[in-house]
Amino acid sequence: MTDISSVGIVAPQTAHFGEPLLLKSGAVLPAFDLVFETYGKLDADKSNAILVCHALSGTHHVAGKYSEEDKHPGWWDNMIGPGKPLDTNRFFVIGVNNLCGCHGSTGPSSINPATGKPWGSAFPVVTVEDWVQAQSRLADHLGISSFAAIMGGSLGGMQALQWTLTFPDRVRNALVIAAAPSLTAQNMAFNEVARQAIITDPEFHGGDFYEHGVVPRRGLRIARMLGHITYLSDDAMGAKFGRRLKHDEVKYSFDVEFEMESYLRYQGDKFAGEFDANTYLRMTRALDYFDPAAECGGDLSAALAKAKADFLVISFTSDWRFSPERSREIVKALLDNELSVTYAELTAAHGHDAFLMPDKHYHDVVRAYMENIE
Amino acid sequence: MTHVPAQAHVHFAEAAAERRDFAAIARWIAPGAKVLDLGCGDGSLLGYLRDTRDVCGYGVEKDDANVLACLQNGINVIQMNLEDGLSGFEAQSFDVVILSQTLQAVQNTEGIVLEMLRVGKDVIVTFPNFGYWRHRAQIFAGRMPVSRNLPYQWYDTPNIHLCTIADFDAFCIEHGIHVSERLVMTDGKAVSLLPNLLGSLAMYRFSR
Repeated sequence: MTDISSVGIVAPQTAHFGEPLLLKSGAVLPAFDLVFETYGKLDADKSNAILVCHALSGTHHVAGKYSEEDKHPGWWDNMIGPGKPLDTNRFFVIGVNNLCGCHGSTGPSSINPATGKPWGSAFPVVTVEDWVQAQSRLADHLGISSFAAIMGGSLGGMQALQWTLTFPDRVRNALVIAAAPSLTAQNMAFNEVARQAIITDPEFHGGDFYEHGVVPRRGLRIARMLGHITYLSDDAMGAKFGRRLKHDEVKYSFDVEFEMESYLRYQGDKFAGEFDANTYLRMTRALDYFDPAAECGGDLSAALAKAKADFLVISFTSDWRFSPERSREIVKALLDNELSVTYAELTAAHGHDAFLMPDKHYHDVVRAYMENIE
Repeated sequence: MTHVPAQAHVHFAEAAAERRDFAAIARWIAPGAKVLDLGCGDGSLLGYLRDTRDVCGYGVEKDDANVLACLQNGINVIQMNLEDGLSGFEAQSFDVVILSQTLQAVQNTEGIVLEMLRVGKDVIVTFPNFGYWRHRAQIFAGRMPVSRNLPYQWYDTPNIHLCTIADFDAFCIEHGIHVSERLVMTDGKAVSLLPNLLGSLAMYRFSR
């Protein structure tokens, strides 16, 4: 049966950019590709475009399916579609795989034209600012001078915020969800452990594992397991698994004893089979480096003085990795600049993962905001 | 003459009275002012001030349904519990901070008034006057008052800090608060004679 609230069967496209891109680190990418998907129709005056920015492990495949049989729709399919909070009957929605990704956009696993081999360790470290620059090239390519809205959760929310600073005149609304104006030391510490798991995997080969025909699976697996612990709240893990045993009785072994272990191993294995280790290292670094207040001596209000967009900021009560306190810092800085801002602090049990969940009130909030934008 | 059900008359009268309350608040606010409305509900006061005074307004509200209503009404709202203080707002960053008919329902009444004075150059507080003669009459008859402004029973009321106009006047003196204007209303009309007896709604405008 056809789901009328789905954008239906979708297909990715690729855009090639031949102009060199100067990165924040000083490195230059001579050329790059971005893979993207679009849903809905772009207006004649190209004013109804929404850019959806992905988080750490996201992709350009935000909504819809690749075939009728496809059991895995895009990662934010519950948010985007005809009649959904981001209504594709009204808006033209773009999902893009970020530069440095591993799902088609130019990244460490892509072939470096200069050597004919995968970039590997030679691929530069990218930042949120670099992603915004690359995304702006895609906007140029599609003829979009200004976005009706840019939206993202977590690291995606950081990109939406950065857009309002890098290109204040090109974004009219920013939806910054489960994000932070920078990571705390504890948050960066999780990233460092994840990176160390990858880097110390003997099959990492300094990042040039491609030519050895191996993948640092163990490192990626542990990195992902660690991540999943931090994306859920203690309560959510308790509700989901508690102390339930995998088998009828304990075996006094180090095999999977508890359901929780089974979940983490499954998530880790799945991720290690499909994600690029070099991409993961760089995505976590982009998170670490994001700190727009830094160039204003730590004054976030001064940093956000450039912004002109209207904002919807959302946080979730049980999210301890991107806690409501951090969203409130963003809200305060926006208020200090007398920008139009609404802040919803949603009661949710799921922790950081709540931003991907189909909660009715959450969706009502996004829908109400979107219905009022021009 | 068209028949109008009695209920509809009451509803209309309430709505009209409420608008007069809004209109009185609006008269104390300069066009284009930056306004914070604490406990803003569905944002109707801010909507009124936006339409009549072109204010740059933000509401503060803790209730999910009200936050959603504000969004639907196109009102900027910050979801938080004002009992936690206003630390998310800079000192003297608003021209006016409003607490409309919420004073009697807050826990930390004194702290919130002081926070309003910190954040706002001007403060507007409105509350139901517990000294209104209809309330006194009900107490005299031995019952807790129930009225249009105090529509709850003693066992389900959110109102925990009810006060009279005389109480609030004394509070202002004790806290060194300069009351620049006071307006007392009953059924939407200003009351000047014996306000603490004849007024059902008190409106204060004050600053440090």
